[in-house]
Amino acid sequence: MSLSAIFVQLLNGLASASSLFLVAAGLSLIFGVTRIVNFAHGSLYMLGVYTAYSLVKTFGGGILGFWGAVLAAGLIVGVFGALVERLLLRRLYRAPELLQLLATFALVLIIRDFALWAWGPEDLLGPRAPGLDGAVGIAGRRVPEYDLLLIALGPVVLGLLWLLLTRTRWGTLVRAATEDREMAGALGVNQSWLFTSVFALGAFLAGLGGAIQIPREPAVLTMDLSILADVFVVVVVGGMGSIPGAFLAAVIIGVLKAMCIGIGNVSAFGIDFSFSKLTLVVEFIVMAVVLVIRPWGLLGRSQGIPRGAASVEPPLHLPSPALLKGFAAALLALALLPLVSDRYTLVLLTDILVFALFAVSLHFIMGPAGMHSFGHAAYFGLGAYAAALLFKHALPMELALLLAPFAAGLGALAFGWFCVRLSGVYLAMLTLAFAQIAWSVVYQWDAFTGGSNGLVGVWPAQWLAGKTAFYYLALALCAGGILILWRILYSPFGYALRAGRDSPLRADAIGIDVRRQQWLGFALAGLFAGLAGAVYAFSKGSISPDSLSIPRSVDGLVMVLMGGIQTLTGAVAGAAVFTWLQDTISRQTEFWRALLGGIILFLVLVFPQGIAGFLRERWEARAGGSKG
Amino acid sequence: MLEMKDVSSAYGRAHILYDLSLSANRGEVVVLLGRNGAGKSTTLKTLIGLVRPLAGEISFDGRRIERLEPYEIARLGLGYVPEERRIFTDLSVMDNLEVGRQAPRTGAPRWTPEKLFELFPNLADMRERRGAHISGGEQQMLTIARTLMGNPSAILLDEPSEGLAPVIVEQMARTILELKQEGLCVLLSEQNLHFANLVADRAYIIEKGHIRYQGTMTELAANAQVRATYLSV
Ligand SMILES: Nc1ncnc2c1ncn2[C@@H]1O[C@H](COP(=O)(O)OP(=O)(O)OP(=O)(O)O)[C@@H](O)[C@H]1O
Ligand SMILES: [Mg+2]
Repeated sequence: MSLSAIFVQLLNGLASASSLFLVAAGLSLIFGVTRIVNFAHGSLYMLGVYTAYSLVKTFGGGILGFWGAVLAAGLIVGVFGALVERLLLRRLYRAPELLQLLATFALVLIIRDFALWAWGPEDLLGPRAPGLDGAVGIAGRRVPEYDLLLIALGPVVLGLLWLLLTRTRWGTLVRAATEDREMAGALGVNQSWLFTSVFALGAFLAGLGGAIQIPREPAVLTMDLSILADVFVVVVVGGMGSIPGAFLAAVIIGVLKAMCIGIGNVSAFGIDFSFSKLTLVVEFIVMAVVLVIRPWGLLGRSQGIPRGAASVEPPLHLPSPALLKGFAAALLALALLPLVSDRYTLVLLTDILVFALFAVSLHFIMGPAGMHSFGHAAYFGLGAYAAALLFKHALPMELALLLAPFAAGLGALAFGWFCVRLSGVYLAMLTLAFAQIAWSVVYQWDAFTGGSNGLVGVWPAQWLAGKTAFYYLALALCAGGILILWRILYSPFGYALRAGRDSPLRADAIGIDVRRQQWLGFALAGLFAGLAGAVYAFSKGSISPDSLSIPRSVDGLVMVLMGGIQTLTGAVAGAAVFTWLQDTISRQTEFWRALLGGIILFLVLVFPQGIAGFLRERWEARAGGSKG
Repeated sequence: MLEMKDVSSAYGRAHILYDLSLSANRGEVVVLLGRNGAGKSTTLKTLIGLVRPLAGEISFDGRRIERLEPYEIARLGLGYVPEERRIFTDLSVMDNLEVGRQAPRTGAPRWTPEKLFELFPNLADMRERRGAHISGGEQQMLTIARTLMGNPSAILLDEPSEGLAPVIVEQMARTILELKQEGLCVLLSEQNLHFANLVADRAYIIEKGHIRYQGTMTELAANAQVRATYLSV
């Protein structure tokens, strides 16, 4: 690649960095003050793109019309953000942080379907910016004028935000609340309005970041999660809560991505290497490297547990004899079910079993070990692909099924080594990054994994081909896996995991190697997620990259949280309800996502302790009431 | 002006305060004495609203406050200085003061940064320095100054002498007496009886969440048995 071509790619990268920075700055501000990891931030960006598109159509494409539309789109999204904060998130500040996450994910679903309803499924390409639709010659190449404007916009917004944060009372209060919001409250700062205004500003930045993209990128419905992954990376690489960090990271990532596209295919020493294929993962590699070297990001500072947010996890009760009897009865009922149910129910039940194991394996690291994984589908998918690939490479199905979980376990062992070095949100984001890397590899490696089409013809052996037979196989493997994981929680290893979660220092002091225990726990959870994935692959007969995508990871989170993270059985309840709901709703309406999102919101608001937690509380209240 | 009646508090399932009653008046310095873990900090946190009481009444300046949010209580003119200092380490000294600033209040002394720098001369030279980069004693001064920026009519001080060098402790005692002179109501928690003797008019002794004794400092000085039972280590 010539020098001038590199230069042009550099400019291109800087132009994308601006939009990325705007969105990331918004996410970072919101996280800093409210401690909410706003999953819906990408959706706000998407709303910005679509809204600006519609407004330009309405206002006309003149200079005033275009820029008026861009600004108005940002403002509309800002107001929407403020409403979301006041009407919804407000009720959840006292709830565990993971529930807030769940609520924001419900918003992702709702906003996605709103966009589908309002703008339809087709990609929409916005107009060029009037007056800036030409290109200027730089170093003998043509660079779009609009890109040059965007390059300038990033630093300008950075400067304005800096002034706002350091030169106004509002900014001082925001910085104070970012550090210790409880103390700020005790000094008379009304956090309620501070939160709303920060949310409004963050949403405005996301909306604006989206709106300025309309001349460069078409509006598509999947942009919410794809930008979200990018922005997570930027915020984490820069350091959570650091605006200059977000800028620096946006520039690094924007430029690196553009370079990878620019370099294209290179062949050196007889090996062909495609840099453009690297585009999808390069940012995640940067993030993994940065987090391992500087766990708090480039310009972030080590953050303790935010004050006033400490929640005391109740101890995990040993299952009571009544509950054990309940388990036995449930297993018996499941074993007898094929006698009375139809084919369709069996297929659904098989799915539920698979996802119950998946959810329990996620709960295993999230609950007892306190490691919040946003990328658990990676191991589900690794198991599924390993099963499919082993089978395709002439192994008998039974053997493929047996070996596949170990492939997932090895993957978890490798990724986990990095993850257990971090904690809290950083750990969560690193897990997400690894999942995205795994997804990208699978998605792009056409020759081996079948690329976006995945692999087909992954059918179980003859004797398991019947739905009933396969159901029994799934029951044996999944219920068995769940029972093993539960059993482990009550072993010394399980106690050590919980000790590490509750007070790592004390655990260290009494001779528990917390990191090693967590690493082992992570690998174990990956192994069983892989088992779930392998069973899933054979139950469907095919496997696609969706099985390790971010939405699948989020499904797992929703199941665990919906069930209630403090309870042992919650994950199973959550998986059953979620899988059943998704299946039922998606056959009723095209807008099943919104409906599902609405249901999740309802559950979060009404049962903040999860379904199983709610039932248990009811049960205890009744037991207590009858005694006294 | 500040009164707790039969207040009980808990953290989750851990019950900490039992039917606690106490009061403090304008222009009075009242000390809450007790050993580690007796419940002193919890009492002050309950007053400012950081811990919501399970039962009982709290009134301040003639208003019931036990259901209010901390910021609402602070805005009524009750200042709170926490035990662990909790200054904003990212913010400059001036910005720390800015966070505490509230509109002036009738019936309470009115503070400006300049007036506070007279009270705490050490801080005057480091206005733009970040909270992280000042000494422990200066941080303690800053937390008090920051709270005073809210122009409170009563102030809660959680172990203000803890971990300070003897010279600074004396300075702290003088400051508290000056606040009393200004007509503030001061409620402080202490383990250090010596320090309490320097500043307080009356004392309450708390043990395991119960008030075990109340009286003037002179009465307490005369009662060796109470001191031996509840205070000596
Ligand atoms: N956040 C909390 N969660 C649960 N228990 C707590 C919490 N904070 C304090 N406690 C417990 O409440 C009891 C009273 O604590 P408190 O901090 O009020 O004592 P204190 O008198 O201020 O002690 P010290 O002199 O050590 O500051 C102690 O047993 C303590 O362990
Ligand atoms: Mg204390």
